[in-house]
Amino acid sequence: MKWFIILGVLVLIVVFLGFGWGGTRGVAINVVGSTSIQPFAEMLAQEFNSQHPDSAVEVQGGGSTAGVMAVGIGIAEIGMCSRMLTKEEAETFTAVTIARDGLAVVVHPSNPVDSLSLAQVKSLFEGQVTNWKDVGGLDRPVRIISREEGSGTREAFTKMVMRKARISRKALTQESNGSVKELAKHDPCAIGYMSLGLVGDELKAVRIEGVPAVEAEVQSGHYPLVRPFLFITKGPPVPGAQQFIDFVLSPLGQRMLAKEGLVGAR
Amino acid sequence: MKEKAIHVMLTALALTAITALAVITAFIFKEGVPIIVKVGIKDFILSSEWHPLEGEFGIFPMIVGSLAVTVGAVMISFSFGLGCAVLLTQFCPPRLVAVIKPSVELLAGIPSVTYGFIGVVILVPFIRDYLGGPGLSVLASSIVLGVMALPTITSISVDALQAVPRSYREGSIALGATEWQTTHRVILKAARSGIVAAVILGMGRAIGETMATIMVAGNTADVPHSILDPVRTLTSNIALEMGYSAGDHRKALFATGVVLFIIIMILNSIALVVSRHRVRRGPAR
Repeated sequence: MKWFIILGVLVLIVVFLGFGWGGTRGVAINVVGSTSIQPFAEMLAQEFNSQHPDSAVEVQGGGSTAGVMAVGIGIAEIGMCSRMLTKEEAETFTAVTIARDGLAVVVHPSNPVDSLSLAQVKSLFEGQVTNWKDVGGLDRPVRIISREEGSGTREAFTKMVMRKARISRKALTQESNGSVKELAKHDPCAIGYMSLGLVGDELKAVRIEGVPAVEAEVQSGHYPLVRPFLFITKGPPVPGAQQFIDFVLSPLGQRMLAKEGLVGAR
Repeated sequence: MKEKAIHVMLTALALTAITALAVITAFIFKEGVPIIVKVGIKDFILSSEWHPLEGEFGIFPMIVGSLAVTVGAVMISFSFGLGCAVLLTQFCPPRLVAVIKPSVELLAGIPSVTYGFIGVVILVPFIRDYLGGPGLSVLASSIVLGVMALPTITSISVDALQAVPRSYREGSIALGATEWQTTHRVILKAARSGIVAAVILGMGRAIGETMATIMVAGNTADVPHSILDPVRTLTSNIALEMGYSAGDHRKALFATGVVLFIIIMILNSIALVVSRHRVRRGPAR
């Protein structure tokens, strides 16, 4: 019995000390939000933290909307958002564009379809065109791969391609760029959309309105599907957060982003 | 003194567990019920239009999806699990039991992501290439969940079969019944309530599983028309969209949780009643 009590007290002491120590670290800047921006932000944060040993920028995923919410209730200093802010959000939050990203429409490499117009992409995703032969491909059914409701990538795609129309209810829904990729690279009938920087060699990104989906065309402004990567704050950023944003927008930060396949903010 | 202290401590611990359950239940209902009322219970449960960002919350496809996948999974794990349990308790030499039983139980220790991954990498392409459809389907998730529920169903059925008194078996054999007749007509009947309990617990495992289902089900918010169609379950609906949701959308996901909660409660209650009924009637025969 005695031993139980002693053990219990020891455990409590350790737990409380642990919390105490956890709280006394330097200024922590929490960056939370879009999983599309997350890998880039992590890379930037690592570089920033090594330059400023006294600060600790911590990056977490969760999604664009979760990022906006986290900043709204004050548990994160910076939110990452891979879509335009809604009207209500724009009133409350300040947004800084840190980079731009192309949105690629991807198909299986064996698919002979190389180029689609925006209208064709729309009718494919709407479920009106259900066979690849209607858009110049083989006689195969079309398998639509979409993202879940609320995903920044999905919202950007809906806004730019679907406009008022809805993505077909028959669409397969995957919860990350990675699983869209995994699915599309094994399915000859698939069509999906994802961040241009993440397409890789195993998928084919079709030309949109005749413009190839490559960084140079995003940079030049010819490629039609481009979305902003935003850092958002509530009101003016706190000093530590401002320092990190400045770093991301500095020539070094922008160079790092460009190397990873994104297109600079300016 | 010492006795009393231990008694009080254990009571407190037991109450904590129950309190946690009560708090979780209250919270889910508090968050979820208002939106069900706002949308209208009929529209919420029977509408197939799930467009949460445009304020349309119909979870009918997910309810059908959860039930379809669970029924499929239970059919698979029940036939294999019961077969395995009968073999282990009736026909198997002890040395083989010592190998088979732990291996089946080991299945329970594999994380669900692993099941999902194996499903995506092996099962889904197989279904896509040989049976057609996208591969991500009711069939794929039923098989994966069936394997996941196998240890639950097997080990509880084994317990139920072992609990049948030896005298039943001896009596039946003494009357001239063959081993199979004994198993089929005597032992399985006597163990019926335990086997029903096994099926219910297996069902609970299947309907509550999330990660593996997200990976192999395809998550289409549409009512499936064949077992090769993709499907979205209630659990994967919540897990898929939770991270991104806000406002009414978030509440609708809690409401999805409320519906799941009620379905599980109904299933468990039916099962409890059925198994009790049978136990009571059992000895009278």
